[in-house]
Amino acid sequence: MIASRTQIGIVAGILILFGLGLTAYKVIRLDLPLWPGESREVWTIESKVNFKPSDGPVEVELQLPRPLGGWVLLEEHFASSGFGFTVVDETEGKLARWTRQTLETPTTLYYKMQAYRARLDTLPGFPISEPDSPLLEADQRAAMERLVADLRERSTGPATFVTLLIQELSRSQPTQDAEFLLGTYRTAKLGVMLDVLAFAGIPAHTVRGIRLQDGRRRQVLSSLLEIHDGSSWQLFDPVTAAAGLPDDFFVWQRGPGAVLRVVGGRDSSLEFALISNNLSAKTVVSMEQRRDDFALLDFSIYALPVEQQGIFKGILLLPVAAFVVVLMRIVVGISTSGTFMPILIALAFLQTTLWVGVAIFLSLVSAGLWIRSWLSHLNLLLVARVSAVVIVVILLMAILALASYKLGLDQALTVTFFPTVILAWTIERMSILWEEEGGHEVLVQGGGSLLVAVLAYMVMSTRVVAHLTFNFPELLISLLGVILLLGKYTGYRLSELYRFRDMAKLK
Amino acid sequence: MIRLVSPAALRRLGILGMNRRNITFIGENNPRRNYQLVDNKLQTKKAALERGIVVPELYGVIDHQFQIDRMVEGLLDKTAFVIKPVQGSGGKGILVIVDRDGDNFIKASGAVVDAGALRRHTSNILAGLHSLGGRNDCAMIEALIDFNPALATYSYEGVPDIRVIVYRGVPVMAMMRCATHASDGKANLHQGAVGVGLDIATGRSIAAVQHGHLVTHHPDTGASFASLRLPDWDAILDLAAGCADMTGLGYLGADIVLDRHRGPMLLELNARPGLAIQVANQEGLIHRMTQAAEIAATAADHAGRIARARELFRVPETAFPPEA
Repeated sequence: MIASRTQIGIVAGILILFGLGLTAYKVIRLDLPLWPGESREVWTIESKVNFKPSDGPVEVELQLPRPLGGWVLLEEHFASSGFGFTVVDETEGKLARWTRQTLETPTTLYYKMQAYRARLDTLPGFPISEPDSPLLEADQRAAMERLVADLRERSTGPATFVTLLIQELSRSQPTQDAEFLLGTYRTAKLGVMLDVLAFAGIPAHTVRGIRLQDGRRRQVLSSLLEIHDGSSWQLFDPVTAAAGLPDDFFVWQRGPGAVLRVVGGRDSSLEFALISNNLSAKTVVSMEQRRDDFALLDFSIYALPVEQQGIFKGILLLPVAAFVVVLMRIVVGISTSGTFMPILIALAFLQTTLWVGVAIFLSLVSAGLWIRSWLSHLNLLLVARVSAVVIVVILLMAILALASYKLGLDQALTVTFFPTVILAWTIERMSILWEEEGGHEVLVQGGGSLLVAVLAYMVMSTRVVAHLTFNFPELLISLLGVILLLGKYTGYRLSELYRFRDMAKLK
Repeated sequence: MIRLVSPAALRRLGILGMNRRNITFIGENNPRRNYQLVDNKLQTKKAALERGIVVPELYGVIDHQFQIDRMVEGLLDKTAFVIKPVQGSGGKGILVIVDRDGDNFIKASGAVVDAGALRRHTSNILAGLHSLGGRNDCAMIEALIDFNPALATYSYEGVPDIRVIVYRGVPVMAMMRCATHASDGKANLHQGAVGVGLDIATGRSIAAVQHGHLVTHHPDTGASFASLRLPDWDAILDLAAGCADMTGLGYLGADIVLDRHRGPMLLELNARPGLAIQVANQEGLIHRMTQAAEIAATAADHAGRIARARELFRVPETAFPPEA
């Protein structure tokens, strides 16, 4: 049996060294930062053009972003298999053009790039064009005149005019004139705003871009309103009326004109997936210098599509949580109800944040136990009873979510992240435990599960851990080695040093 | 401040820890395929009967939900019986009925339950609530042990049982588990039953513990453990050691009860016996296991192993410690 120990030792040793070696290589040769400190937030933005082909040749044109507002583009990738592809430089910016003679099936075209914001900057100048007054019917014209007059009356200049206009149109009960304009000829508020501005003689256009949110998928373009106040261009959020370029806004296209143009296709859409990584300032600079032949991507998850990257960001944290459970059970000796329930609870905590999560967990489990004790009088078969508990847990979740929404506590809406079936099974087991071994044992196991879950959450939510697992996934191979070694650990558990504490007095 | 003992001290005393038990003793001595016989109480019973080992009488087995409706009629002539899951562990799901009062049944604790509760309990057993890994299970109904009156004062509301740890066919350590009011008539130490360490050589008590603390008297009956000496000790050791051959397990715990008329009886076997026996005996298991391995390697037969174990593991007569 010593052979099996040595075997495990050798395998574990190789795994640990392999993981650490690869990490060392990436840190030393590829210059990836080992710690998340002094880093740049690099955004990977993947745009997908979806469309269904109709008859005849297909031509897709996508306006490419120009780095504005202090943004710097690091790399760009196009996926265009089977298409003729060119990048055209025009005065308004770069244009990607995919062409094909015939096409049978719905198709997706990809454009991926990496960008970071080197400095917070405003947008550069833009040619001013005299606004064309919109074509209006007589009654619309009258309403527009009254609205503009009213806004002019209350404003001091173009900037306050826009602010008031946005507020006016965003109100739940706008004035009659505003409501008439919104209702009769244009449904999109932004279009009405542009028309009102044009009518008032204020040069304006939209700025389209992406709201940066880590891990978002199926993000669509959002717009800002840019007006010229006589001396310079100013940006406004068309919903909140906030002025200036938001920090989390990546400008894609400025001015009139379409971002996407599809000829020979229908039902086209443009969607974005986003993910952010922390890279050291040094790495970013070197990426900038040798964009084309950067070896970094070959060795990491960066090579995956952005959507998968986002999923992996979460999945890569699971082994760390499993490691916490292994440590707590084998080395410390905390008893939990079920081996991996703590991990699932910890995952829920990641979505809900810790204290909200603990509060939701405790209230759900205690309410569930109470209802379960009532169910036990009904003399049901086990499977039916557990299913009943599942439904009760879901109802409790719904009530909790609804009540907290009404109270204005948005955070409790995250209750839905709790794994329902796991919770129901936990409640069932704890209630049986209560009947058979008493409340003390329930406290021990339930408390143990919660404690381990909280620890796992704390480890998973650490910035360093998230950074290491995502940028150095090979470290998980080392972790596997350590877990294998722990699987052969025959030493005492910490809890046994307490359990057998009186035995030492003997001799 | 929580008081801890150093790992070095535990190692010196030869205390067996959970990790070492799982890897070194269970993992290396108990082949997986042999678990079935131990984890399934019906199979244990069958194998024991084939070898002439005494077991409690089996009244019946319920393996389908529809049998539950008729189950109470089937028990008409029985006043005392035990319902247990065939694949249960750690004493979970065992319902002991000691008497009847009309249509109602009286549990060992004196609590009265009706036929519905009996059916519900059996239904839970079938659904696998008490079974290892939650598998579907069967319920078995067997005769209540009419336990030896010599031990009556040592157990409260329950049957005292004797756990013998057998390593490679050699009995290495034994204890008697006495139910208390705190343990609700169950013989589980972590629920508050008293564990009485027994001298392998003589069957005499060495020490008694409840909740890990030394005691001298049973908390409910007041009986002193100092004078305890188990009857039929030879037969108990013989029975326990015989189970090792029967199961093919190198490391197991045999739970034995003493019946008034039929003597030592095998109640159940355990392939993963707990560690509390060390506290009850105030001694670690590891040193004894090392010695037992030597005995197993040298002693020729069954009787020789037991004789050698009794010689080696003898505890001096004066050792029963006063209450701490």
